[in-house]
Formats: sequence, C-alpha cells, structure tokens
Amino acid sequence: METIQKKTLGERIVAAANAFGLPRMIIAGFLLVLFIAAPLVGVNFFTQITNTINRFSWNAVLVLAMVPMIHSGCGLNFGLPLGIISGLLGATLSIQFGFTGPMSFVMAVLIATPFAVIFGTGYGWLLNRIKGGEMMIATYVGFSSVSFMCMMWLLIPYTHPQMVWGYSGKGLRTTISLEGFYDKVLANFLKIEIGNLSIPVGTLLVFAFLAFLMWAFLHTKTGTAMTAVGSNPTFAKAAGVNVDKMRMLSVVMSTWLAAIGILIYEQGFGFIQLYMAPFNMALPAVSAILIGGASVNKASITNVIIGTFLFQGIVTMTPTVMNSMIQMDMSEVIRVIASNGMILYALTRKTEAAK
Amino acid sequence: MRKESKLLTFITNNTVPLMFILICAVCIPISGFSASYLINEIITRMGRNVFLILSLLIPIMAGMGLNFGMTLGAMAGEIALILVSDWQIWGIPGVVLACILSIPFSVLLGWVCGKLLNMAKGREMITSYIISYFINGIYQLVVLYMMGPIIPISHSTIKLPRGYGIRNTVSLLNMRQCLDNAWALRIGGVKIPVLTFVIIGLLCLFIIWFRRTKLGQDMRAVGQDMNVARDAGIKVERTRIISIIMSTVLAGFGMVIYLQNMGNIATYSSHSQIGMFCIAALLVGGASVDRASIGNVFLGVILFHTMFIVAPKAGGVITGDTMIGEYFRVFVSYGVITVALVMYEAKKRKHKSRTGAELAAAQKEEAVK
Amino acid sequence: MKNALLMEMRNIKKDFFGNRVLSDINITLREGEVLGLCGENGAGKSTLMKILFGMDVIRETGGYEGDILLRGEKVQFNTPFDALNAGIGMVHQEFSLIPGFTAAENIVLNREPQKKNVISEIFGDRLNTLDYNEITGRAEKAIEKMGFAIDKDMVISNMPVGHKQFTEIARELSKDQLKLLILDEPTAVLTEKEAEALLASVRSMSEKGIAVIFITHRLQEILAVCDTVVVMRDGVVVSEKPASESSVAEISKLMVGRSVGNAEKSVVTDKKVIKETDKTIMSVKRLWVDMPGETVRDVSIDIKEGEILGIGGLAGQGKLGIPNGIMGLYEAGGTIEFEGKEIPLNSPRRCLDSGIAFVSEDRRGVGLLLDESLEWNVAFPAMQINGKFLKKFGPMSWRDEKGIREVTERYIDELKIKCVGSKQKAKELSGGNQQKVCLAKAFALEPKFLFVSEPTRGIDVGAKALVLDALKRFNRESGVTVVMISSELEELRQTCDRVAIVSGGKIAGILPATAPSEDFGMLMVSMVK
Repeated sequence: METIQKKTLGERIVAAANAFGLPRMIIAGFLLVLFIAAPLVGVNFFTQITNTINRFSWNAVLVLAMVPMIHSGCGLNFGLPLGIISGLLGATLSIQFGFTGPMSFVMAVLIATPFAVIFGTGYGWLLNRIKGGEMMIATYVGFSSVSFMCMMWLLIPYTHPQMVWGYSGKGLRTTISLEGFYDKVLANFLKIEIGNLSIPVGTLLVFAFLAFLMWAFLHTKTGTAMTAVGSNPTFAKAAGVNVDKMRMLSVVMSTWLAAIGILIYEQGFGFIQLYMAPFNMALPAVSAILIGGASVNKASITNVIIGTFLFQGIVTMTPTVMNSMIQMDMSEVIRVIASNGMILYALTRKTEAAK
Repeated sequence: MRKESKLLTFITNNTVPLMFILICAVCIPISGFSASYLINEIITRMGRNVFLILSLLIPIMAGMGLNFGMTLGAMAGEIALILVSDWQIWGIPGVVLACILSIPFSVLLGWVCGKLLNMAKGREMITSYIISYFINGIYQLVVLYMMGPIIPISHSTIKLPRGYGIRNTVSLLNMRQCLDNAWALRIGGVKIPVLTFVIIGLLCLFIIWFRRTKLGQDMRAVGQDMNVARDAGIKVERTRIISIIMSTVLAGFGMVIYLQNMGNIATYSSHSQIGMFCIAALLVGGASVDRASIGNVFLGVILFHTMFIVAPKAGGVITGDTMIGEYFRVFVSYGVITVALVMYEAKKRKHKSRTGAELAAAQKEEAVK
Repeated sequence: MKNALLMEMRNIKKDFFGNRVLSDINITLREGEVLGLCGENGAGKSTLMKILFGMDVIRETGGYEGDILLRGEKVQFNTPFDALNAGIGMVHQEFSLIPGFTAAENIVLNREPQKKNVISEIFGDRLNTLDYNEITGRAEKAIEKMGFAIDKDMVISNMPVGHKQFTEIARELSKDQLKLLILDEPTAVLTEKEAEALLASVRSMSEKGIAVIFITHRLQEILAVCDTVVVMRDGVVVSEKPASESSVAEISKLMVGRSVGNAEKSVVTDKKVIKETDKTIMSVKRLWVDMPGETVRDVSIDIKEGEILGIGGLAGQGKLGIPNGIMGLYEAGGTIEFEGKEIPLNSPRRCLDSGIAFVSEDRRGVGLLLDESLEWNVAFPAMQINGKFLKKFGPMSWRDEKGIREVTERYIDELKIKCVGSKQKAKELSGGNQQKVCLAKAFALEPKFLFVSEPTRGIDVGAKALVLDALKRFNRESGVTVVMISSELEELRQTCDRVAIVSGGKIAGILPATAPSEDFGMLMVSMVK
C-alpha cells in the first residue's frame, strides 16, 4: 500500500518537474547555490538580499506589463519600449513644466498616461492587422519607436537646465539625474532598515497595488473575456466577444503598465536614461516572466513575482558571488545566456507552438 | 485607365525602394558630397557588404523568412579570423584560411539554428532573432573566458592584459583590404576592388546555378508548401536545416570579407548589428519576407548605403545637428524592416477575404440569369 | 472484361479504437477496369482507400485485417510511397500542389529528371542540375496521356481550379509504373465541360490498361464511365454489379437504405407535424457563406417555432456552412429575420443577444476552451451575453465563482458528464463528454433558438443516445426551436420533425422525418457539385 503511495508521489514529482521545465529548474537551482555560497565566500548575505529586493522593486511593474498581452494571446510583448517611451515623455515633460519632489512623480504618471493610451491604441491597431506575426513585429515597432524618439529628444524644445546639454542649451542629455525630483520617492516611503537589510516598502506597496488591480481585473467579466480570447480566439468570437477590442485593450494596458514601470524604475535607480537605453529593456522583462513559469500564452501574477525575483536575484548575486568565488566576472555572460535561453525554450516548445 | 492602374500597382509593389530613391534624391544635393566621393564610398561598401547580404537569399527561398540568425555565421567568421591573426598568417592566405576555418563553426551553429527553427515552425523569424542573442552569449563565453586558458592564444597584442580573453579590438592591419587591393582598378579617382567583385560575381553565379539544382528546387517547394513537399517525399526538416547551414557558412565568408575591408575586428560588437543592417539593405532593395532576388541585393546596397552616407551630413545641414542624421538612419533601418514585416503579414491575411466577394458576385450573376 | 486480374481485396476489416468501420470487404479489380465506389459519408469508402494507399493513419491506429493482393501477390503498404512504387496513384480531394511552381514542375515534383555535374559528383546527388528539357518532355507526355490540354508552363496559383485537378491527374499519369489510379471526388471542383473531359480521360486511361477507382457523389457519372459499381454502407459492401445493370435510383436507395427494424419504428414516434402556416421563428433568405469546403449558395428556408429541424446532406455540400454563416463565424451574405426582426450577418454577438445559440461541429477548435476548467467552458458565454454569474461591486462586475460552480455541477449531473470535478480542464475529457460540455454551454445561455452541428460526430454509442435525448428534451420541455445538422440521416430522422437536405450548397428539399429514406437519398445526390 505504502509503496504504491510512494510511486504515485514520485510520479507526481516527475510530472511537476516536467511542467516546471528543465531551464527553470537550472536557473532556480543556480540561484539557490548562489545564496548558499554567498556567506561561504564572505559576501554579506543581507546586502545581497537588500540588493535583490531593491532591484525587484524597480523591475516588477515592467514584468507585470507582460501579463495582459499574454492573456489576450498577443504573445510576449517585445514592443515594451513603446510603453517605456510614453513613461519617458511623462518624466521629461513633468520636469520641464517645473514640478519637483513627489509632485513631479505624480505629474509624470498623469502626463505619461495619455501618451501610453495613444501609442497603445496605434500599436494595438497594428497588431490586430497582423495576427499571428505579433512578436516579430512588436520587436521592430519597439526598435523603430526608440530610434524615432532619439531624434525627438533632440528636436523637442526642452529648456530645463537640468535636462538639456550644458554647452548647447538644447537637446536632452543621455542621463538625467532625478535628485530634487522624484529620486526614491516611493522607496523612502515607510522604508524599513535593520542593519544591512533595507526594504523599500513604498515601492513594493505600489507594485502590490498594481498587481492586485491586475488580479482583480482578470476576475471581472472583461478580464475573463480577455483570457478566453487568448486561450481560444475562435471560441471567444463564437461566444460573442469582440476579439479585436479585447486585444486592443490588452495592448493599451500593457503599454500603460510599461510607462508606469519605467517611472518606478527611474525613481529607484535615480536617473532617467534616454536615447538607446529603452532599446534592450524588453528582453529582461520577457525572460523574467518566462523564468517565473509563464508560457507564450499563459501567465499569472505569481509568475511575475517569482520570475522577477529569480531574474533579479541572478543579476545581483552573480557578479559579487562569482567574483569572490573564482575571481572572474562572468555575470554578464551568464545573464545573457540564461535569459535568452529561457526565451528560446519558450518559443520552441511544441505544445505552445501548436496554437 | 488600365495604364494608370498598372502604374499604381508598380508603385504599391515597390513602395520601399521608391521611398528610398526619394530620400536619396533629396539628401544627396543637401549633403554636398562630390560625385566621385559618393561613388567611391558606395563601391567600397558594396564590396564590403554584398556577400553578406547574398547569404540571406537561400533561407528566404526555403520559406524560412529573413534569417536573423546570419549573425551566427558572422560570429564563426570572427572566431576564425581571431585564430588566424593569432597564428600570424596574413594577406590573402590568411583570408583564405579564415574562410576555411570558419566552415566547421558555421556548420555547427547553422545546424543548431536549423534544428531549433524546425521546432518553432511559423515563428522562425523571432526565434532566429533570439537565437542570435543566445549564441552571442555563448560567443562571449568562448572569446572572453575560454580563449587563453582553453583555446591557446599566444600573442599578447590580441589578449586582454589580465591574461585571458580577447581585446575589444583585434587589428587586422596586415590583411587589411588585401582582397580589395589585389587587381584593384582606379578609374578617375574611384577605386574598384576587382577581386572582391569577382568573388561576389562567382557567388551570384552559384546562387543562380543552385536554384536550378535538385536541392534548390526542393527548397523552393518546401518554402511554398511544407505539407505538399512532405507528401511528395521531400525531406522537409533536413532541407530546411541545409538551407540554414548554407546561409550560415556564406555569412561566415561574408564576415571575413567584411572585416578584411574594415581592417580590424570589434570583437564584441562587429556582429551584433550586422544582421539588422544586411536585412534592412535587402528589404530596401524591394525584397519581401518570402521573395528576394540578386537584383534586390544590389539595388538595396546602393540605396541603403547612399542614405547611410548622406543622412548625417544632410541632417546636420537641415537641423544644425549631425546627431539627428545619425539617429535618422538608424530609425530608417528599423522602420524599413517594420514596414516590410507588416506588409508581409497583412498580405497573408488579405487573401482570405477575397473569396467571399466572389461568391456574392456569382450569386448575383445567377439571379440575373 | 477478360483482362488479367490486377488487384484483389480479401476480407478487409478495420477497427478504430474498438469501433468497427469496415467488415469483410471483398473487391476485385481487373486491368483497365473502371470501378465506381459510392456510399454515404462514413460508409467506409475513404478508410478503405486509405488502407489501399498505405496512409500513416491506418498504421497508427493498429493496422487492418485481411489481405490485399496485387497481381496475385500479397502486399502490405506501410507508407504511401510503397503504394506509389507498386503502381498505385491517388488524387486526393485537397490539392497537393506547390502554388508557385508551373504545372510541369508540379507534375515531376520530387521526381525531376537530373543531370550530373562536377559539384554533384563530390557533394552528392542533391546538387544535380535539373534537366528542364526532359521535365517539359515528361509533362507533355503525361498531359497527352491524360487527353485534356492544360498549359504546362502556367504557374499553379494562376490556374482555374479545374486545371489544378487535371495537373494532379497528370502527375499521377507521369509515373510510368502506374497501374491503378484512385480518384476521390475528382469532379467536385470541375465545370460541366471539364467534368465531361475528365470522364473521357478516364475512359482513355482504361483503354491503356490503367485501372481506375472512381469515388463520387454524382451517380450519373458513375453510370456513364464505370464498368462496375460498388455501393458501401456502414462498412460493408452492399452491392457490386456491372454499371449497365444499375440505375441512379437503385444506387441512391442502396446508399441510404436500412433494413426495417427498430430504427424505423422509432422514427415514427413522437413527431410534430409542421405546416406552412405555423409561426416562422427564423426566415433565411438568399444566404451565401464562404466556409472553405462547405460553401453555401443561395439558401432560403423558413424555420418554424418549436420544431426540431434537421439539416442533412453529404459532406462538402454546404450543410455545415449554414449555421456557421448565420452565427457569423464565416463570411456570409443574404438576410436573416429572427422573430420578425432582421439580424445583421457576420456578427456573432447580435445573434447571441437575440437568443440564438450554436454548438459547433468543431469541438476542439471553436466549441471549447481546452486549457480552461469546465466551469469556464460552461459559464463563459452566459456570462458574456446574459450577464449571468456576475456580482456587482461598484462599477465592476466580478465573476461569481460560486454561481459558476453550481451551474456547472448541475449540468455535470444532468448530462452525466464523466469528470473528476468542475475544475477539471476541458482537454482532459473524452470526446463524448466534451460534446456534453458544449451542450451545457449552450443550455446555460437559455436560448430561444439552438443550432447544433454534428452533435454525435466522433462519440461512442452510449453518449450519442444521451446527447440526442438531451436535445429532444430541451426542445420538448423548454419549447426551444432546435436546428440539428448531421451527416447521419438515420439520426436526423429519429430526432427531428422535418429534415432539409442540402446538396450543392442549396436546399434540395424538405421532407417530414417520416418520409422513406430512399427519398432523402435521391435528394442528397440531386444537385451535387
């Protein structure tokens, strides 16, 4: 009797492992090894945890932005830079209009919103025209918009002295310091500090709030319809759901979340990065949610949290731990291989390719 | 009436090249470059890039779209060149050796790429695009950490000061333009790299000949309808892998030719943009995701690189800021690829709605009868 | 016919997962003989041909019993290529042509004449150059053999559909070893003239000693060209006799005929008599639908309130296109009036809002969210359309998980859906239970009008009875008008009050379900396109 129980348990573990996926296991295992190894090689454990949590708080909303489009069947949003640009417009315009301190953050969010809605609508319209080829086109929509904005950052007549190049008096700098504006406005709110450990509670609360909204949305009538569209668009159409409208809504939501996500990232990081900086921001977010257990057409809030934590854990831990272990900084290479390997794994899965 | 509609279809079918001709026509006079300077530059860039772009043709023929994975071949070519330059084999023998040496790397990478693409049918392009990032990670692992301790590198000029890994730039001064200078002709201040062009010509002949072989015919069949080809007994998966391997090997050769012209290797960045620029150039020449010819390659190189040369200067003259022109040409490169991809996907969907209209018309006709 | 014996099938039997689809098939074929094969859908014709042609699906489902003899020798084909090598060619209903190639290139596809060259000596035969003169030559020869002129240099995608069909035939004829050609509904896409040419070409093939198996629903063609007619029904050969001794009426009767038994009895019980004067609930006028393979042309029909209307007909004739077009899943034109109000086409939402529900024949593609729970599947349309199973919180409507679970559990009980619970994923259920979920989904909508398309396709006998019974109860108890589309005539006659037969994309006629099955058979083949 007992042996039977054991066997089924073993089978269950195997099945769970299969569902979890080999690459995910490798990544989770790797991070576990890093955590165990950290104290052994003399790296302060609490500093590492603090760094990981901090980076988690910067990036989590950008990863959350992946969720709506995955749910509506538009695939992985490689066009994330479009939303980031809306956020950057909000940030720079808010400063240009003379807002400072926490107010500049609120205004940045408010100004970014209409841009995100407009860009998202256009982007959604385009993606509805090319169903089935979303991911490749999303990538290039992102790239085109980033390079277009490179010109705009120079051409829009910004004048704020802390943003424009000092010598010519026009054109935005590549990096703008947020000191005096919204540097760490969320992170310092209710911040907990115990020795080496510091937790940016404010930022985490904002993420929790947005994640809750997303969770709640997915439980409404419209959210249910969106999931159905992603699960089987023909079924949704036969059930009277306007498939194109749902997809459009998901794209707008994703774009808006990306805009908010970059603002939260900036307040943690302390700088606005312009020009080619948004260019490669899509891939880390994509691989993070995949590492968290999402697939090309299924994702949940849990995937976002686990994925961001694992991904940022690796990003922060590898340089310090590996460096102290083997005196070799391989972190960049490991990050590139792990994150792109994860995306590749998701794209080449047979079950998911069947759609 | 009919003539007009013909003109209209010509314009809609060739929007991208026409747009580029327009951009070039506007920018050339503004930039103020002399004709001989321009021609010289374009000929140099043709010699440098055409071989690489030609490597894209075979996967398009096999229906696998734009091969963003050609970067893999470029990396293979770079590894071969690094090794050859460490062995101090210079000049044309060095170039030839590098080409030969790149083959095993290219074949291996191409095989991996082909295998993965067979697992991701229907989304080859995004997959090959991610593969290029993934293999770039592996490339860095090899070049930055394994070259030195595992793969012997003896010359300190190319090694990083820390004792392993390759420097950011590897000088190829001793083989710089050795192909281009052999048999070079000068006509009125314009240097023509005859040997390079002969090699390119041979590749064009090879491609034309290849289309007429059994394998070429199979690739075209697979490219148009995989299921029909499979029913007819063609080994679809194998044919697709071969097409990617061929493309990768050719891209490897192309990269060697490209780098001997440049005269140095930017170890960690030479390959990263090459795929994008080659694909953009091909599309500018009027190619699409499922159809491309040798003519598209040459027209594309000329138009795209003319734009590339004149845009910064023209942008500077118009806006007073040369950076605008720099960003403009980057924007145009990405924009062209975006437009081409959108047109291709939209065309695929347009076919469907036509039959409905035909049915309605037939019924109306019947009613009249 | 005194030609030598070419092919013989002895006691062929085939099961699909315990379902017997062929039993004791014996057919003989002489060289140059033209054999007409007819029967309703599901009679076993295509399974038989798949066995003969060595299709993968046969081997994957456990092979077959019995022997196939070719020129007296027993053969066993594991792949279609084995069959091709043995001299059997087949022209399928779906074209198997490369669109961008010319007719000549398609005719010699993967059998291209080649020339050796220096490079291929080193790298292998795949680098041989093609011999274009020889390709042209072979194509010309094959076209000549066929006796119908097509342009060998024309690219397939520019060809009229009939010429594509001839290109396929020419490809088979270009194979020198060809001894037996199977034509599966070859005239379905041809114009009248082309069809005549095809028949002539079949005759000339026969004169050259090539045997032909000719499958078609156009019985006149069979009589015109065949030497022998074989009629199949329910997996057995019911008749095999010379064409000269047969007639259209006889064949169609044989196709649908049932021995009088229990089935006949149940047909007559519990029928509503529908009169012209009864209240019309839905009026369809001049409907066309572009559904690939099921094109509808110019259908007009009045559906009466409270009846169960059956729509039957052979596969590919357009019966499935009618509900799919009305419900807006495929592009359609014409006018639909429901309860006196016009309903716009191409808008599933408007149909659903008016109280029309649809259970699709494509369970996995349209009917279900395979990756979601049964609860979602059952409740989703009702939630979206009727706003049921929702709770209001301020401006937001939330899913009422409890309500959803209750209704799902109710239908699990009522329809006896076999599952581990209401949270189980739809893809884990068997076909019959999936079908019941589809019905539950439609019932939960509480519609006034229900389209049910192929409700019993691919499900076992027990589930079949349950599904049909549930439909009938739903109609009789709730007064819901039901339109049931099915390929199985007997099933329609048992369940429905009236049965309309679709043929050639049009309504060939409407009869009370009690009419003899021979009459339905005549209608089925009357306008076949």
